[in-house]
Amino acid sequence: MSEYSLAPFIKKRKGRIMEKAIKRYFPLFVMPTLIAFAIGFIVPFVYGIFLSFCKFTTVVDWSWVGLQNYARIFVVNGKLDTSFLHSIWYTALFTVTSVLIINVVAFAIGMALTKGIKGTNLFRTAFFLPNLIGGIVLSYIWLMIFNAVLQNFSKTIVYSQWYAFWGLIIVVCWQQIGYMMIIYIAGIQNIPGDLIEAAKIDGANAWQMLRNVTLPMLMPTITICSFLTLTNGFKLFDQNLALTGGNPGKMSQLLALNIYDTMYGTTGWQGVGQAKAVIFFILVAIIAVAQNKLTTSKEVES
Amino acid sequence: MAKNKEQVSTVRRAKHSGILTVLFSIISILWISPMLVVLLNSFKRKAYIFRYPFGFSANSITDGWDKFMQGAKQIFCGTLNYTNGLKATKFWGCFGNSLFITVCSVAVIILCCSMCAWYIVRVHTKFTRFMYVMCLFSMIVPFQMVMFTLSKFANMLHLSNPVGIIIVYLGFGAGLAVFMFTGFVKGISLEIEEAAMIDGCNPIQTFFLIVFPILKPTTVTVAILQAMWIWNDYLLPSLVLNVNKYKTIPIAVQYLKQSHGQIDWGAMMAVLVLAITPIVIFYIACQKYIIEGVLAGAVKG
Repeated sequence: MSEYSLAPFIKKRKGRIMEKAIKRYFPLFVMPTLIAFAIGFIVPFVYGIFLSFCKFTTVVDWSWVGLQNYARIFVVNGKLDTSFLHSIWYTALFTVTSVLIINVVAFAIGMALTKGIKGTNLFRTAFFLPNLIGGIVLSYIWLMIFNAVLQNFSKTIVYSQWYAFWGLIIVVCWQQIGYMMIIYIAGIQNIPGDLIEAAKIDGANAWQMLRNVTLPMLMPTITICSFLTLTNGFKLFDQNLALTGGNPGKMSQLLALNIYDTMYGTTGWQGVGQAKAVIFFILVAIIAVAQNKLTTSKEVES
Repeated sequence: MAKNKEQVSTVRRAKHSGILTVLFSIISILWISPMLVVLLNSFKRKAYIFRYPFGFSANSITDGWDKFMQGAKQIFCGTLNYTNGLKATKFWGCFGNSLFITVCSVAVIILCCSMCAWYIVRVHTKFTRFMYVMCLFSMIVPFQMVMFTLSKFANMLHLSNPVGIIIVYLGFGAGLAVFMFTGFVKGISLEIEEAAMIDGCNPIQTFFLIVFPILKPTTVTVAILQAMWIWNDYLLPSLVLNVNKYKTIPIAVQYLKQSHGQIDWGAMMAVLVLAITPIVIFYIACQKYIIEGVLAGAVKG
């Protein structure tokens, strides 16, 4: 009896002794990561927020200007500047379109590749391959192909912002469909087989199976894939820089490129660029928090 | 996994399996055809790349074989583009930089972050909880937010070289790595480590002899995810590195455009082929790990 009540206590003590022993090795275990983390993230982040309220050209010649940078995002010399708003709107449209196309196509391919057809593994390999190629290299492959096709109509990919838009959509679809397909395949394979058999015995047709069995069971996977494509679309930079460079006339600038261009394109605008970056961060953070809320609430339900 | 596959083959075998196989063979080839077009064009004279982007010859095959071959000779130039591309980008130097930065950064990230994650899980203080939350937080911060300050600080601390950038990558990659390692360490039972400690292991021995081997699945996942990110990363190295001296492959490809204003498409095609080839080889060699790693990363991230 007494042994029973003592056991957890002894265990806790042992854990504490171990904790004490490990604690002495703090400099070895945590210091390297902590220092790098401070240099690579904490200090630049905090200082970045501070600088968004300053006028500066390097990190040491700052002077406090308050909210002036944030005002200059939208109003320049008393005139309304819509370039940032345009890029927010352009990015939102781009993101929604890419999320829809990527997820629908990836789901369709995933369904087809779990039917046990011959050569499934080979197809999966082929579809996933573009995902490993980086955005810059990928974009130049497509830049060549787009311009080779469009020259027949005497146009290029930067003929208008909509040519650039669909060009970017094709590039990100090619890159991400394979990745999402892999996640969808894993999700589809996790649906219990007896569930599908039961539905079949009950006489469900293909459409009813999809609507009432497959899609509800796949909700967690769909959530993951939607948010992955959503954040990828919002943060897209490399493809935008390499494929269109923001042309024609900055009209195809997504948010990330717009910030980069403001910061490095014209001198004296670093503060405005930093202020835009803070707004960008807040937008991305809202998406991330929404995702967290949604996934945890889904977990509770199931 | 094996059980799943069996279920698939018995329960869900499609009626038209043969037709689907043919259909998907065609789609798969179309899917990777952009890469094949680049490979084909990398051997063409640059003046002809946009005149005959998808063809093999200047003359149609209906004009007869001799004329076709003559036309082919006219537009193809052997490995000339490769010589030009290698020279214009100093490709092997860039390849070396990319390889060095990727391999060393991934190794350092795995070593430091797994140690840090073990400490965070085993030692319960306010500080470790704070560090964990900061790591989570860093994953949602877009790079544009820190790019200006980070690149200037890296400059001031003399980190603008392939060795210094490893520290920057450790710092910026720590969030994801620590998050994934802590998730795994939480599932390891304390008893094994206690037994090792009672047998006289100090924490260093306990970690490297007992814990680190158990972490292997997560180590592979983290290595794959970080390697994919670092190898293909453009913006961070282009801002942090001294690009006049050190270029990685993505930077070299991008600068092939900027330094000349116009693009030398012959050299560009050749460099693209050279940039893709190592990735394809690596992918075919470690396909299983890559797909598993990507899957684990997606579900947890």
